[in-house]
Amino acid sequence: MTIVVVLEQVPDVVEELSLAPLGTDLARDAVSYVLNEYDDHALEEALLLAEGSGDDVVAVGIDTTGELDQVLYTALAKGAKRAIKLAGDFEGTWVGTRAAARLLVPIIRELSPRLVLTGVQAPDDLDGQLAPTLAALLDWPHASVVIGTELADGAVRARKELWGGLTMHLELALPAVLGIQAARQTPRYVPVGRVRQVMREATIETREVEMVADGSPRVERLRLPEETAQAEFLSGSPADIADRLIELLRARGLL
Amino acid sequence: MAHGIAVLVEHLEGQVTDVTYELLGLARRIADTDGAEVVACLLGHGVRHVAERLPADRVVLVEDHALHYLAPEATARTFAALLRGERPWLALVPNTAIGMDVAAWVAAALDWSLVAYCQAFDRRDGRWVATAQLFGGKVLADVPLGSDPVVVSALAGAFAADAVEPGPPGTIETQEPPAELATLRTCSVRLERPEVADIDITRAEKIVAVGRGIESKDNLELAEQLAEALGAVLAASRPLVDAGWLPRSRQVGKSGLKVKPKLYLALGISGAPEHLEGMKDAELIVAVNKDPKAPIFTVADYGVVADLFDVAEALLERLEG
Amino acid sequence: MEPKLEKVAEVWEKETAVVEGVDISGPWNRMFGQRVIWDYTPELIEKIAQLPGGESFAWCYQCGKCVPVCPVDVVGDYGPRKLYRRAQSGIDLLDSPDLWLCTTCANCLRVCPKQVDMVQIMPAAREHAMLSGRTIPAELQQALEYTAKYGNPLGQPARKREAWVKDAGVPVPILHQIQRPVEWLWWVECYPSYHPRGIDASIALARIFHALGLDFAILGREEKCAGDSQRLAGERGLFEMLAEENIRTLSKYEFAHIVVTDPHALNAFRKHYPKLGGHYDVWHYTTLLARELPRLQPLLTRSLPYRVTFHDPCYLGRHNGEYDAPRRLIQAIPGIEFVEMLRCRENSYCCGGGGGGMWLDSFAAGHQRRRLSEERVLEAVATGADTLVVCCPYEVSRFEDAAKSTGVDDRLRVRDIAELLAEAMGSSGEAAA
Ligand SMILES: Cc1cc2nc3c(=O)[nH]c(=O)nc-3n(C[C@H](O)[C@H](O)[C@H](O)COP(=O)(O)OP(=O)(O)OC[C@H]3O[C@@H](n4cnc5c(N)ncnc54)[C@H](O)[C@@H]3O)c2cc1C
Ligand code: SF4
Ligand code: SF4
Repeated sequence: MTIVVVLEQVPDVVEELSLAPLGTDLARDAVSYVLNEYDDHALEEALLLAEGSGDDVVAVGIDTTGELDQVLYTALAKGAKRAIKLAGDFEGTWVGTRAAARLLVPIIRELSPRLVLTGVQAPDDLDGQLAPTLAALLDWPHASVVIGTELADGAVRARKELWGGLTMHLELALPAVLGIQAARQTPRYVPVGRVRQVMREATIETREVEMVADGSPRVERLRLPEETAQAEFLSGSPADIADRLIELLRARGLL
Repeated sequence: MAHGIAVLVEHLEGQVTDVTYELLGLARRIADTDGAEVVACLLGHGVRHVAERLPADRVVLVEDHALHYLAPEATARTFAALLRGERPWLALVPNTAIGMDVAAWVAAALDWSLVAYCQAFDRRDGRWVATAQLFGGKVLADVPLGSDPVVVSALAGAFAADAVEPGPPGTIETQEPPAELATLRTCSVRLERPEVADIDITRAEKIVAVGRGIESKDNLELAEQLAEALGAVLAASRPLVDAGWLPRSRQVGKSGLKVKPKLYLALGISGAPEHLEGMKDAELIVAVNKDPKAPIFTVADYGVVADLFDVAEALLERLEG
Repeated sequence: MEPKLEKVAEVWEKETAVVEGVDISGPWNRMFGQRVIWDYTPELIEKIAQLPGGESFAWCYQCGKCVPVCPVDVVGDYGPRKLYRRAQSGIDLLDSPDLWLCTTCANCLRVCPKQVDMVQIMPAAREHAMLSGRTIPAELQQALEYTAKYGNPLGQPARKREAWVKDAGVPVPILHQIQRPVEWLWWVECYPSYHPRGIDASIALARIFHALGLDFAILGREEKCAGDSQRLAGERGLFEMLAEENIRTLSKYEFAHIVVTDPHALNAFRKHYPKLGGHYDVWHYTTLLARELPRLQPLLTRSLPYRVTFHDPCYLGRHNGEYDAPRRLIQAIPGIEFVEMLRCRENSYCCGGGGGGMWLDSFAAGHQRRRLSEERVLEAVATGADTLVVCCPYEVSRFEDAAKSTGVDDRLRVRDIAELLAEAMGSSGEAAA
């Protein structure tokens, strides 16, 4: 049986982000891409599940960057059985979540997995998160913000994190879609030597796909929030400062 | 009404969450401009009494056992069915652990567009423009809304909480749950409370962190009290952990844990790079240090150059008093 | 694992015994059957010894010379002899915390009569542990992931690698900007490029190079971690990837020699890059400055009234034989009083940062009475010195932190030699006090 993990590369926010002249996209030349950190957790959780159940993990991704191979090879090196890349002419297009989901649905149906795992969110989703979107299109049950999973006769048990440490325990009939917030353990390390060996020995299956109408909202303008490089200093007596701080926390809903 | 604004009411165990009032306030502001109706969509089980506290033009109440904890599948299906009937122009959903599973599902199922992570909603040049956060707020996207129906999921804390007061709605209307609830594939749902014993600082929403400025183990009690009053957990820089004053599980930094809370209050921490590595991504950093040149101020949003004991005591007095 | 104890065979006398034509039959002719020479199982020793690089693990004959010189044993319970003995008694090094505690300082190798070489054994065993899917300490994993992603273990963007240059106060040419041959390519390395205290030393060094009129340039954002400590931590694949990229980058430029800030980079360039096709003439900056001393000396006009002691970096001293250059530089500074610590030069103590120790700090601390860096600053304080002088970029941050955690930060400052020299030059290269 199969568990599909959907992996996406996203711009690395460690680098300073800047905008393209038109103002509707990032200056992509200056962007470097990394695997969405939540997707890394989804992969880890899938591998942990599969180690217990004997399922095959299949890593699937849309190659919007031209650099997805690296991510897929790493997934194979970590223990995924297959890696499938959806390739197409995505140059200069921003593939929204809905469009991504529509591209993914046919391959997921073809693989007919019992579980689809993906990261709870990605820093570049403007039009919502992938897991619930896929669930709606596939008509499968779903849960996001998942921090623990377990397979149990025909169902998956998922722990969904709410707030203040409160968790919701759900049991979903299979097949199901989960948006993973954190795997049970830190995503494993795979030595570079192992990845390089996989790159020589394994293959990534490539499927050509056509960009679909995405139904995502039109971005008129991107902008960078005003710089707040330096701390704003609060002064006055301790009492004044305490008042200001409490006011600040209240305004942000933190009290 | 064709121009209605539907708001998904988020509640848990009979408590309406703050973000719901923020959304009802936002809906009110939009409705007042547009002359539209605000419809609060209250889905749940045994929640009729909650309706009395929802200041909307109309509350639509749908009750079913499956909606008890607003579990993803049942809530999404019910809300979608409700929107099909109501045909509002705008559906507002909180971008929270609960709302996230509803907004994207409903938008995809109805084929409406969706703007997630919305932090502002303004009228510009005769249109509504939703501003969404991308890359954790490092980039903002302005999205003008047309006349097609749209789901907007809004960040908690982004809109004023006091724009409306809890109070009774215009009317309360009960609707039957959709037939689909009989064939759900979510088999069971229950809630679990955290065990008090094990505190995981990486999951904490608020952290009070102390450094060597705290001077002695005895003074930790003050920090502990402050943390408690703020609803925060106590964490520390490494020297305190090395000294055995706090367990290793409370150490923030390169060789400790990485944290990303909504509030990080740093007391008497200099901000060595090894410490900053563990906390610089916190949403709001407030630093108290008596040295105005302490590097912690390079990552802080707010800085206080003062004796930490004075500030902590003044804060405590207000929070407890 | 069950120890395998074989039965001792009987003892008997041969009726006639003739050895090389001489009849030696008689009661003195006692013969033994094959005896047990293994009172415990050899498998776990073999397991390490069969790894390429791990061979010498099996050569240990338990003489024990290595234990007292092992810096980890001073604060804990360690040393090659002990690891060998533990393997004999059923403890698998690959699954033991011991795997991560050796700093590859090479002090044991210096005294071992059997050439048991932890500098080879440890990376081999660690690599094997990683390849066989064992979990590795989280701090180390993070540093390795950062290195793979960003080319430095601090997780800083590549573009910021040259950002310190604008604060140098003197021109620091960057090769991709100047596009001309230089005599000295200065390999700055990661901590000196990104860590605030490392940057202090880089700025000081830039000022010294400038004052000497050296024809130098740096690679800036094109430089990636030389990778030696990652290799020693077991990530050979990562090391090779970095080395290949660095060699490719270096091949674009013309330069006569490389000068490095970091002894770990020195070690990589001298001993491991050549195997991958990168052949360079590499100098540590102290060696270069000591050679330039006749020109540097007149510039050292300010007298510094400090009592200083010096910590030999393992990868400069024991690994690459340079003990004198740093001392000559320190003693060239007017006003300085120089004292040695008890453990110095060939027998120098270790700061704990080598061999991946830089990224195992809390892990190691959990298995030791105190950190190696803490042991060392206490030794420095015991000499009555007010300044601990270093010349490896790991050390400033390690020792400054250790001074804080042992509470001697009011008595002991930590300075890179470059910082002291710049201060003596009257250049405001002195770091924030
Ligand atoms: C390899 C390595 C890994 C490390 N990992 C970590 C890590 O994971 N986490 C970590 O925290 N550190 C780590 N460190 C240690 C780090 O370098 C610093 O030593 C440490 O963070 C300093 O802690 P501190 O800020 O509490 O102490 P200090 O640097 O001594 O700062 C104390 C601060 O308190 C202020 N202060 C004093 N009294 C008062 C008062 N009454 N009111 C207000 N302010 C006051 C002072 O001005 C000062 O700024 C690591 C170091 C190394 C070398
Ligand atoms: S010095 Fe060498 S031979 Fe002697 S105990 Fe140590 S490792 Fe073994
Ligand atoms: S290399 Fe150094 S740390 Fe490692 S065992 Fe030998 S003496 Fe000890």
